[in-house]
Amino acid sequence: MSAFPERPGRLVPTPVGLNAGFYERAATTGRLHFQRCDECGVWRHPPRFRCAACSSDSWSWSPVSGRGRVFSWTVTHRPVDPAFAAELPYAVLVVEMEEGVRMVGNLIGLAPSELQLDLAVMAELETVAEAVALVHFRPTGE
Amino acid sequence: MSTFSARPAAIAGVGETDYVRGSDRLPVQLMLEAADAAIADAGLTVADIDGIVPPPGYTTVEELAANLGVTTVNWSVTVHMGGASGIAAIGDAAAAIQAGLARNVLVVVGWNGYSAFRPRPGVPVPRRGLDANAVGDVVLDYYLPYGARSAAQFYAFIAMRHKLLFGTRDTDTGEIAVTFRRHAQHNERALMRGRPMTMEDYLASPWVTEPFRLFDCCLETDCAVAVIVTSLDAARDGPAAPVAILAAAEGHPHPADDIVNRRDPFRIGLTDAAPRAFGRAGLAVDDLDFAEIYDCFTYVVLLQLEALGVCGRGESGAFVRDGAIGLGGKLPLNTHGGLLSQGHMWGMNHVVEATRQLRGAAGEAQVEGAEIGAVTGWGDFGDGSILLLGRDR
Repeated sequence: MSAFPERPGRLVPTPVGLNAGFYERAATTGRLHFQRCDECGVWRHPPRFRCAACSSDSWSWSPVSGRGRVFSWTVTHRPVDPAFAAELPYAVLVVEMEEGVRMVGNLIGLAPSELQLDLAVMAELETVAEAVALVHFRPTGE
Repeated sequence: MSTFSARPAAIAGVGETDYVRGSDRLPVQLMLEAADAAIADAGLTVADIDGIVPPPGYTTVEELAANLGVTTVNWSVTVHMGGASGIAAIGDAAAAIQAGLARNVLVVVGWNGYSAFRPRPGVPVPRRGLDANAVGDVVLDYYLPYGARSAAQFYAFIAMRHKLLFGTRDTDTGEIAVTFRRHAQHNERALMRGRPMTMEDYLASPWVTEPFRLFDCCLETDCAVAVIVTSLDAARDGPAAPVAILAAAEGHPHPADDIVNRRDPFRIGLTDAAPRAFGRAGLAVDDLDFAEIYDCFTYVVLLQLEALGVCGRGESGAFVRDGAIGLGGKLPLNTHGGLLSQGHMWGMNHVVEATRQLRGAAGEAQVEGAEIGAVTGWGDFGDGSILLLGRDR
């Protein structure tokens, strides 16, 4: 029994290039990694070839704590995605990670109606393909 | 000074199809009908057209020129700003006119915004869809896997945070929906003419994706609009009063292709574009007699009012209360019903309405003594465009 909701037929990304690297890192290490500039230390996401802050093209995949806070969200009441039809209404979150980058993910462990700005959450990865892990966010209770 | 004052451009003609839900014609066919109407409205013939700007999808310059019989295309571009493309394209056409690259430019947008999502046997579908590659990679790889597939969901990321930080009331977005619906009652070509809406109706409409209810969302529509841009001097020879393009500008948030990673989520394209447009025209926002604001969703209007400088950040909810945006109010908005209650025509119906207003031909929706108006565009993940238009003096 998976810890995550069943989403039959959900869209699994088939990324190429830097985006493929992002997902592969998450899937193979079991931990979220983001790009971090080797020159100026700025974190960035989605992946880019160069650092928008200092123009350096030298960077590394760097692991993050997984901790973040809810920056915004929407609660969707219509089956715009059939894979989520059994969960209506469901929440799509924008989470600001401790390191400063933001990413989209789904909520687990809380009713969407209980969401608040700045709610503390922790990322949990679900491997959905050999080289793809998607992120869920669970409130930490902090 | 800018070339705008040296050799101003103008809107010489506008044309539109009916706004319907269930066309059996391809977008390009709708666009050809709108183009014919706009060319005639400008008092021109096809032989006078030497520049074309198509929408970012559904057709091409080549297909339009071949069908219209435009044998000489001296200038063309395609703008990739989603729903902001048409308004930006009119600004680009004005710049091309001023630079002497073309004499009469056709800017046209049309689509099967309703029928494309509801295919019917025997009704053709265009081979070319909307070209959304400008933001495609981020959507495919980072939003879609999480059940976020629609513009409503992406824009909700901005709107939800704004609503919670600034205490925008449900009745504020309701005021926009109800006011535009009221204005649509004056518009013969509005889909929602004859179907008034009360605040109670608005509040009772079901959630689509919070904070958007059904009546916060515009109307999927099959339609086309064309606009002819030429020099102000040439437009003065036409049958209708020319509408001067006082200034145009576009703006792009950073990063433009990811709506969630902006340092300031409320700094949209229009935040940058509006001050540039007002500066070029030598105007201030208080000079506006009306504005036609891109209204794919009610909340997007609030964000743009703040970007325009109509009110300060977080104050747009309060601004729209108490009748400020209705006909007779401080700043009448979307006097034709907008995308919300006339139909989703990529904001090009806003240009048609602004032209009517500045020609003094807006009928029951006429803003008394209208001299200066703004039209805005919003597209992709908050790209912005703006036209400042004026009655010829």
